[in-house]
Parts: sequence; C-alpha cells; structure tokens
Amino acid sequence: MTDPAAPKIALHSLTKSFGAKQVLRGVDLEVGRAESVVVIGGSGSGKSVLLKCLLGLMPTDAGTIQIDGETASDMGAAARAHLMTKFGMLFQGAALFDSLPVWENVAFGLIQGRDMARAQAREIAHEKLAQVGLTPEVGALYPAELSGGMQKRVGLARAIAGDPEIVLLDEPTTGLDPIMADVINDLIVKCVAELGASAVSITHDMASARKIANRVAMLYEGRIIWHGPIDDIDASGNPYVDQFIHGRAEGPIAMSIARH
Amino acid sequence: MNPLAAIGQTFLGFLAAIGRVALFTGNAVAQAATPPWYGRLILRQMVDIGYYSLPVVGLTTLFSGMVLALQSYTGFARFSAEGAVATVVVLSMTRELGPVLAGLMVAGRIGAAIAAEIGTMRVTEQIDALTTLSTNPFKYLVAPRLIAGLLTLPVLVLIGDIIGVFGGYLVGVYKLDFNAATYLARTLEFLEPMDVISGLVKAACFGFLVTLMGCYHGYNSRGGAQGVGAATTHAVVSASILILIANYVITELFFAR
Repeated sequence: MTDPAAPKIALHSLTKSFGAKQVLRGVDLEVGRAESVVVIGGSGSGKSVLLKCLLGLMPTDAGTIQIDGETASDMGAAARAHLMTKFGMLFQGAALFDSLPVWENVAFGLIQGRDMARAQAREIAHEKLAQVGLTPEVGALYPAELSGGMQKRVGLARAIAGDPEIVLLDEPTTGLDPIMADVINDLIVKCVAELGASAVSITHDMASARKIANRVAMLYEGRIIWHGPIDDIDASGNPYVDQFIHGRAEGPIAMSIARH
Repeated sequence: MNPLAAIGQTFLGFLAAIGRVALFTGNAVAQAATPPWYGRLILRQMVDIGYYSLPVVGLTTLFSGMVLALQSYTGFARFSAEGAVATVVVLSMTRELGPVLAGLMVAGRIGAAIAAEIGTMRVTEQIDALTTLSTNPFKYLVAPRLIAGLLTLPVLVLIGDIIGVFGGYLVGVYKLDFNAATYLARTLEFLEPMDVISGLVKAACFGFLVTLMGCYHGYNSRGGAQGVGAATTHAVVSASILILIANYVITELFFAR
C-alpha cells in the first residue's frame, strides 16, 4: 500500500558490483514529494548505475528501494510494470525510437503502455511538444532529422507525456551548447513544477545542478558523501564537494591518469 | 595458462552460452504465445522477411534449380539415367535446397538486419526506454520477429521451390532438349505431399532460428558500434550453423527408416 507520509523515493544501503568492481557501496538517499534532487559526481562515480537500479533496469546486490513506501525490489513483473507508470525518464542520448516519428515517440507510453487510442494520444503528444517549445510540424519529423537540443526536448516531452509522479533525468545537458543547456534547464524546472512531480537528476554540470535542484547529493566512490540544499553547496565544508564544484584538478579527488 | 584449464574454461563458457540462449528462447516463446500481439509490427516484419527477401531467394533457387538439372544430366548420362533429371530436381528442391538455401539467404539478410537494429537499440538505451514506457521489450521487439519468421519462411520457400523447379525446367527443355510435357509429368510423377511438407516444416524452423539468433545477439550486444558489428556477425554465423544442424535433425525425423 502507498504510504502518503513516506518519502517519494527512499534508497537504503544500496550496493551494486560488476565482478570485482564495486560501484555502489551502500547508497542512502531520500527524495521528498515535489522535491528536485540532483546527484552530482565525477565520471565513473556510479551515477548512471544508481539511476538504472532505481528504475529496476539493473538488479541491485543488496539494499532496498522504496517508492511511496512500497519496496520496489520485491515486486513481481506485473507490479513493476504498473510502478513504471509513475516514472518518466529522460535519457542522456534522448533514446528516441528511430523508426517512429516524433509524435509517436512522445505518445509511445500512452499507446503501448496505457492502450490509449492513437488519435487521443497524438493530441496529448502535440500538447507536450508545445510544452517544450516544439510545434506540431516537428511531430511529423523523425528523430534523425532533429538537432541534439531538439532531441533532448522531445525526450523531455516523452518523459512527461504520461504525467508521471517521478521524473528521472540522466545528464540532461550533456553535449549541448550553454544556451541550449540553459533552455533545457528552464524547461525541466517548468515541466516538473507543472506536474508537481519529484525529480531525480544526475549530472556533472554544476550550472544545471544550481538551476534545477532543491537539494544536491554528491556521489563519490559509491557512497553519498554530502547532501544538502543547493544554497548550502558553496559552504558545504566538504573538500570533495569544493573540489568538484570548482572543477579543480588538485584536491582529495584523485583522477586516475596513466602517465607515459 | 594450463591448456587443460583453458579447454575447461572454454567448455564452461559454451555451456553457459547454451543456458543463456535457452532462457532467452523460453522467455521469447512465452511472450510470442500469449496476447497481446502487435499485429502492425508482425505485418511489417512479415513484409521485411518475406516480400523483400523474394528477389534474393528467387534468384538463388532459380540458378540452383538450373545448375542441379545440368549437373544431374551430365552425371546421370554416364549410366543412361537422364530421365531421372526432373525427379531429382523437384525432390532436391522441395526437400533440401529450397528450405536450406532460403534459410541461409534470409539468415544473411534478415538475421543480420535484426541483430543490427536491436543491437543499436540496446547500445543507444532505446530498449531501456521501452521498459520505462511500460512496454515489455520481448513482447514488442522479439515476439513479432519470431512470429513473422515462423509464418513467412514457409511461404517464401514454397515460392522458392516453384522457381527452382522452373529453373530446372528451363535448362531441361531449352538446353537439354527434354520434351516439355514429359519433363512436367516426370516432375510430378514421384513427388509426394510429404516431400513438400517436410520442406515447409524445415522452413518454419529455420525462420524461427534466424529471427531468434538475430534477436538474441542484438539484445545482448554491448560496447557501441564494435559490439553491434560483432552481434551481427554472430547472428549470421550461429543461425547458419543451427540451420544446417536442424536440417539434418528434421530430415532424420521425416525420412529415417
């Protein structure tokens, strides 16, 4: 049963290894209702793995994932499929279906996942495209005909098409120029606020994090080493966080660079 | 490394691969056998596998029928059995060459295309996206291809059989100077329904194997463009080998005494 008092998402002692490499070493994180949490961390720190575990795309080794107080890791296939209707996901590369036009990409979850009539789903797709600043003409194009920024916007429209309760964003601004990145950040803030959804984003783009986060958590070596409100991040007192947000090569975070 | 350990490791890896394919097949068949079915996707795959493979299969079987007639004639002439050419052509085409050649051609054309398409979807996270959109990737991607392969290849092989027999007829009548009516009569004289049926059963089995291998290798591809390339190669090679193995097994089941 859904517990209204429970946090929207609660991760407890999550661990995940690939062979001898331990990527998550006991992650604890809670996300409140209508809260936007951004997980920051360097490349290879386990951010994407964390998001995939949260979505159930990757099994965890230990720990629990609770959504609305329900333990997701214990769910069967049918319950998990139902749980997925609560999620909307923007993938790093947008992950649009090449074989389908843009409108059908946006409406995909409504047509296939919720058995909605195509005509009605198409209308909703056009509404969602308008929400991310794209015209209905774009709906008739195929993903290969779009720029990177437009693909991200379509990906965002697809993520919010089913009015999800939780929006997950994987590196939403990676590969975009600073202006388009800011446009995407504004759209994320606007769309998540309109939905009243909780949001979990992973990024190493601090400009993006400052714009879309209520709260920030830093992942380092498979653990959350600091979390707090975005306004406190500059005075975190944590040398790892300081090094990361200022992008300094010197500091406690050692980058492994092979020297020849 | 100890040679025995290397052999053991390879053997264990082989067994593990068989296990993975078996689990994949079980899941795929379960999804293909239960509703809902994606009719539009099945139809699109049937057109891809059947209609667009017709030129390749047609040309292959036409020239195979022609060369079969020519070879049989030159061989049988040594013991004055030229009259058996039409019978040899029709039995070879329906029982063996039609299904095997069509299967191998489709493995090259469709198995590779399926592995490349699904493999690209895997490495670009499109398969993960399907899951997040409450859509079972096995039901949406794998099941329609398996169903289409199973249903379409028998039709393709039947057409290939007819074209192959026609190729033999062309050589028999216009090059080897057989009487057209006699050639046709000889073609049908010893042909039994089971000859055609066994070929069609083989075709259905090959269609299943080709699409299964394409889906399996594509679905499990890793590591970007190189991974997709490897998946494509593995799909064609494994499907071709499985076709030849299955061909023997089915022949044994139908015709062994």
